Amino acid sequence: MIRIENLHKAFGDQRVLQGVTLEVPSGEIVIVIGRSGGGKSVFLRHLLGLLQPDSGRILVDDVDITGLRGRALDRVRERYGVVFQGGALFDSMTVFDNVAFPLREKSALSPQEIQDRAEEKLAQVGLAGMGHKDPAEISGGMKKRVAIARALVTEPEIVFFDEPTTGLDPVLVNAIHHLILDLHRKFRFTAIMVSHEIPEIFQIAHRVAMLHDGVIVEAGDPKTIQGSANPVVQQFIRGEIEGPIRAT
Amino acid sequence: MNTEPSTAFLGPVESLGRASLDIVGSLGRFGLFLAQAVAWTFIPPFKFRQLLERVHFIGFRSLSIIILTGAFTGMVLGLQVFLTLVRFGSEAFLGPAVALSLIRELGPVLAALMVTGRAGSALTAEIGIMRITEQIDALTVMALNPVRYLIVPVIVAGFITFPLMTAIFDVVGIFGGYLVGVKLLGLSEGTYFGEMRTFVDMADIMTGFWKSLSFGVIVTWVCTYKGYYTGHGAEGVSRATTQAVVLSSVLILVWDYFLGSVLP
Repeated sequence: MIRIENLHKAFGDQRVLQGVTLEVPSGEIVIVIGRSGGGKSVFLRHLLGLLQPDSGRILVDDVDITGLRGRALDRVRERYGVVFQGGALFDSMTVFDNVAFPLREKSALSPQEIQDRAEEKLAQVGLAGMGHKDPAEISGGMKKRVAIARALVTEPEIVFFDEPTTGLDPVLVNAIHHLILDLHRKFRFTAIMVSHEIPEIFQIAHRVAMLHDGVIVEAGDPKTIQGSANPVVQQFIRGEIEGPIRAT
Repeated sequence: MNTEPSTAFLGPVESLGRASLDIVGSLGRFGLFLAQAVAWTFIPPFKFRQLLERVHFIGFRSLSIIILTGAFTGMVLGLQVFLTLVRFGSEAFLGPAVALSLIRELGPVLAALMVTGRAGSALTAEIGIMRITEQIDALTVMALNPVRYLIVPVIVAGFITFPLMTAIFDVVGIFGGYLVGVKLLGLSEGTYFGEMRTFVDMADIMTGFWKSLSFGVIVTWVCTYKGYYTGHGAEGVSRATTQAVVLSSVLILVWDYFLGSVLP
């Protein structure tokens, strides 16, 4: 269980998070939606320990990670897998080496076991036989798949997805979502995803939370969110121009 | 009415204060960055593969530019020093003059400037691009320290390669001076090298060595720091690369003067 309590963060005069409170039950897929530039990625970076909040707590299985540094924080991160928005693949390595990298650096597996595990993960994301290619040689959709394979190769308990389908066509968006869902059924990890792929996310999320003006204005299962009486939520999921959210 | 003068006065003071704090903060971060890299250098496991790759990139791949600039620097020195010495009838001292200029000053400084231009700028751009494409964040969330993984091999490689590059620059430069002084201008080979043995001693070589060693640290420190803390987007990387080359070059010259005045 991940519990975020009253998280605040400001950059100078710009208050990005103004008291975010959210619970992420173990083994569930929780998707955070909200406007572009609304602080979703900032929120995610706090959970990863890449940003420190001005106030508030982030509890990962009752361990407050906001005060952790160095090895103590790394011990929590060893339970994480992260899919970054642009993939963040190491461009000096091949696709295979990218996937094998976390195992080579952090595990005690033999070279043969690492090769088997990396090839298995590449096959699971539909990229068997593509390991020899450089990241620059593959398409955007393939890069996302490689990033997912790399995030899952250590079999993490918690996986973070930062807009894993941004910039992809609708077919690929669905393919990536179904891939995440399949992998989740197989490995039962806890997933926190930041996305604004509406309505597609309602098919894969256990819970959806809407971040607006620095707070979670509504959280619940997809049906609750879709039927929400909150005008902000309704305007956002319908993509309407008129409403409380100003199209700036 | 009463608050106007104080408000007008406070604006520039506030700006000055903020700028001073920014400078102090940046200097502190700059120093901490090196301290962190030095600390991680001695903590296993050591990244030998990355170190070898960086030695190859900074050293081996700079070899052609070092040989080229070393040769022409020696040739220019040979020509100009010969034309000056001949006025005093002292052309026999061409060998030591070329060798001392190269070993004590020009070798370490020009080799460092050349490696900064070729490898330093590329290192800043590479690390900067890793920053803006979240590759450094990816390392961090994999619980791999990016300073240990990316920065330490570069700084250690600078420590190893700069003295070697300087030695090659010096040797090639001395033979460049030989080519002009002996082969073109008719000085005897025995005079060129014989006088060099008389006047160049170990202290001169050590001066050049200490300079090149410290330049290796300065250049790799500045270039990796600028890349690591690059600004946003392509413009941020471009600015960081320019700043890295300019700051490295200025620091090389300032530090050269400082070391030149304290070393024997």
